[in-house]
Amino acid sequence: MKKSSRDIHDSTRSIHRRALMLGAIQAAVVATLGWRLKTMQLDRADEFRLLSDGNSIKMRLLPPARGLIHDRSGLVIAGNEANYRATITREEAGDPAVVIERLRRLVPMTDTAVAALLAEIDKRSAITPVIVADRLTWDQFASIAVNAPALPGITPESGLSRSYPRAGDFAHVLGYVGPVSDYDLSKIENPDPVLMLPEFQLGKLGVEAKLEEVLRGKAGRRRVEVNSAGREMRELERIEGQQGATVQMTLDAGLQNFAIQRLGEESAAAVVMDVQTGDILASASAPTFDPNLFVRGISSADYKALMEHDHRPLADKTVQGVYPPGSTFKMVTLLAGLESGLIDSRSHFYCPGHTTVAGRRFHCWSRSGHGSVGPVDSLERSCDVFYYELAQKIGIDRMSEMARRMGIGVRPDLPMSAIAEGIAPDRNWKRARHGQEWQIGDSINASIGQGYVLASPLQLAVMTARVATGLEVAPRLIRAIDGTAVPDPVFPPLGLEEGNLKVARAGMDAVMNGGSGTAAKARIVRPEWRMAGKTGTSQVRNITAAERARGVIRNDQLPWNRRDHALFVCYAPYEAPRYAVSVVVEHGGGGSAVAAPIARDILLYALAGGLPPLDAYPPGQRDEIREMLARMRLAPSPVAQASGGRARA
Amino acid sequence: MSSYLDYKPDQAPAGWRKILYLNWPLAFLLAAVASAGFLMLYSVAGGRLETWAEPQMERFAVGFVAMIALAFTPIWFWRSISVAAYVICLGLLLAVDIIGHNAMGAQRWLDLGPIKLQPSEVTKIALVLVLAAYYDWLDMSKVSRPLWVLVPLALILMPTALVVVQPDLGTSLMLVAGGGIMMFAAGVSLWYFAAVIGIVGGLVFAVLESRGTAWQLLHDYQYRRIDTFLDPTSDPLGAGYNITQAQIALGSGGWHGRGFMQGTQSRLNFLPEKHTDFIFTTLAEEFGFVGSITLLGLYALVIAFCIYSAMTNRDRFASLLTLGIGGTFFLYFAVNMGMVMGLMPVVGVPLPMVSYGGTQLMILLMAFGLVQSAHVNRPR
Repeated sequence: MKKSSRDIHDSTRSIHRRALMLGAIQAAVVATLGWRLKTMQLDRADEFRLLSDGNSIKMRLLPPARGLIHDRSGLVIAGNEANYRATITREEAGDPAVVIERLRRLVPMTDTAVAALLAEIDKRSAITPVIVADRLTWDQFASIAVNAPALPGITPESGLSRSYPRAGDFAHVLGYVGPVSDYDLSKIENPDPVLMLPEFQLGKLGVEAKLEEVLRGKAGRRRVEVNSAGREMRELERIEGQQGATVQMTLDAGLQNFAIQRLGEESAAAVVMDVQTGDILASASAPTFDPNLFVRGISSADYKALMEHDHRPLADKTVQGVYPPGSTFKMVTLLAGLESGLIDSRSHFYCPGHTTVAGRRFHCWSRSGHGSVGPVDSLERSCDVFYYELAQKIGIDRMSEMARRMGIGVRPDLPMSAIAEGIAPDRNWKRARHGQEWQIGDSINASIGQGYVLASPLQLAVMTARVATGLEVAPRLIRAIDGTAVPDPVFPPLGLEEGNLKVARAGMDAVMNGGSGTAAKARIVRPEWRMAGKTGTSQVRNITAAERARGVIRNDQLPWNRRDHALFVCYAPYEAPRYAVSVVVEHGGGGSAVAAPIARDILLYALAGGLPPLDAYPPGQRDEIREMLARMRLAPSPVAQASGGRARA
Repeated sequence: MSSYLDYKPDQAPAGWRKILYLNWPLAFLLAAVASAGFLMLYSVAGGRLETWAEPQMERFAVGFVAMIALAFTPIWFWRSISVAAYVICLGLLLAVDIIGHNAMGAQRWLDLGPIKLQPSEVTKIALVLVLAAYYDWLDMSKVSRPLWVLVPLALILMPTALVVVQPDLGTSLMLVAGGGIMMFAAGVSLWYFAAVIGIVGGLVFAVLESRGTAWQLLHDYQYRRIDTFLDPTSDPLGAGYNITQAQIALGSGGWHGRGFMQGTQSRLNFLPEKHTDFIFTTLAEEFGFVGSITLLGLYALVIAFCIYSAMTNRDRFASLLTLGIGGTFFLYFAVNMGMVMGLMPVVGVPLPMVSYGGTQLMILLMAFGLVQSAHVNRPR
């Protein structure tokens, strides 16, 4: 059909109009788009650039190597060892079950472990590495690396893990580390982000826990570019972390090992202290446990065995265990009496074997009595009646005040866990604790370290050091941090009359070296190491009048946990004190028979700086001692351990 | 425009001489836009040609030759086959709905052995053709009469209905909008448009209100897209992830961008669909405001040429065809850019000539072949 020119004219006009309108609308839209581009790319560019960087750049922490712990001679007692493990990444593995089945030919795994592992792999995202095998031997690790082509998705890795080369020797003092739990995090305010790393180890107990901040070190950082799936594409920056500080302990690895071995199967504790510096040279609690078990994740069977053991291997008896100090407390009562001025070094009391106070009869351990007893004799023969009489003269307040001056009832300031305060009872304490008035009988019990008095082996060692020096000796465990020595302390005097202290020391000397001392058998015969000590036997049960009438049941006829605790405190050399030792053997029987020989051996080890020389023992005992020493399974002579450095990345 | 050649007003160029009358600036413009596409496809493939850039270049070459070839065809030929083309397209759409190849939850492809055809793309052009022919045939005085308005409406809604059931919301909206542009260009009374806008407004209201009821009008994923559009930050890792990441990429480009192949958003896979619908964000990230405004400018020039060409052409069919193809092209880039900039909901519309996709690229080039033909053969 042919159009008229009029039609064409109309059409052209219409098209013109509409094309211009259309063009205007389109121009407006283009302008809007341009404006939007400008606001987004020019005005808000910084904001979006920040979001973009936040998308793609992630900070990854590099866990720092934990600080080493040395003994006083520089031997590593807590180090880091390379931990070889293998991880699996589902995305690369394809079918993890097949790969793990192949891996099992190299690394033994139980069926249940494999099932749990597969469930874990399923739960995690496809690119998250999951640990398939931990604590591999070098051979296993190497065989995985060699067989890599057959094990897609498996990556052999090495990290660092805490290790305690001395096994159980330092378990109680150092404690151990373990994986960070939610509970741990809940206790820490503003926790270090490095704690969130899945493999990170945190000090759980003892020095490891108390010095956590020092030992932890500073985490390094890696800035990495990641893709949208979170996989690392490249490393942009790497700032190495800083290993935790090396902590040098006052402990002596050889002495500690000897003490642990000497305590043997007993449920016992021994503390060796340098009386000049307060250094704890050994703090042994037996039986002990292997802290490495806890680092690796202890099996429930092992844990149950430790928990149910009646000798309580997990408890640190040196600072957590409190015992009635028994006769080892008598120096405190004697010094309280001498300082009060109510008695002096020439005062005597008569011991008929018992005394009656307020209608109640109190017995001396010697039923026949000691006759007339002076201060030095009272310690030498450990006469109870002397202290019963003294207690009535001076009262409980003077005794408990002296006990606190000697460190009993005062919590020692040491980086150890759950340190017990002990009890130096007085009137207020009893009122507060039991809601009862103090009775004279309580004073009489307290005078011989029974009743309410409680002290830890550490406190007994401190007490002994204070008696030996007359100074306010305080214990310490840390010798140096990162090579900076903790300055030797200057202890203030206790403020006791030197003469009074001499009486107490003379009494302790007589216990060992007097003709009728209770621990004469456990003396040291080398004059330059002359030893002073005090026995203690503390009851853990009441002996009824009826039992006393029938005859007191002998310890060896009682069940183990009803027997008396055996205690002994000592120091040497008598003339120039160097070391104080305390030993508590739970339910061991008599202090002189059980605790004193142990304390002497440990003291001799400290004095000799090695195995006790036989010539220090009375001639008749030497054969027996030689045999005993030969039977002991001492740790091999200290070998410098490879210090755990930084593992390969 | 044709000042570089003298011509006699009533003498259309014939034979090989036509090649001199081609609108070469438009051809270069299109080549420039497509080149930006090659560059970006090379970049998002991580510096590999063979992934996307090379196939795209091959198809561009084929399409470009086709465009020149179409420019030589007489425009009346297209007018005479427009109805047939339209009917064939309807048939193909029907075939897709029945036996189509399923991709990503929607049937859009027709598998014809060696080639896969996406009939909805061809339909856009066929619709423009048939509407141009209709209004060329229709007497000017009848254009706004209700009965004569119903015919083009039916022509638009038939293919739209077939596309909606695929389901492909983006393309069906494009068909409706493209048809609307044709009717607008043809001079249909503005009252009709006002009425349609009113009805659509009411419909949108109904769609939103119907959500969660038994007569829910859209798919759940489409509702989620509406939600995400209204507030992309509400679900930054889920449904809003795409648009949030796209905007981050776009905004972080700044003035000059991060540099070629330096866009972290695309290189590290934060960007979705980075070689297709979201390719503009990579360009914006790597070349910044300078690069993106340049591309927008190139697009605007293409449209400006179409408007100019339509206004200078006295043939009604040719003018309407030119406006319709320009309008369709405009819809493509405006909707795509608006989408990645967060001005519009995310509907699957590619960036014309730049996004990876052979059918789309070649069809567009051929459509511009028609525009060239209209330009070359215009009555003088």
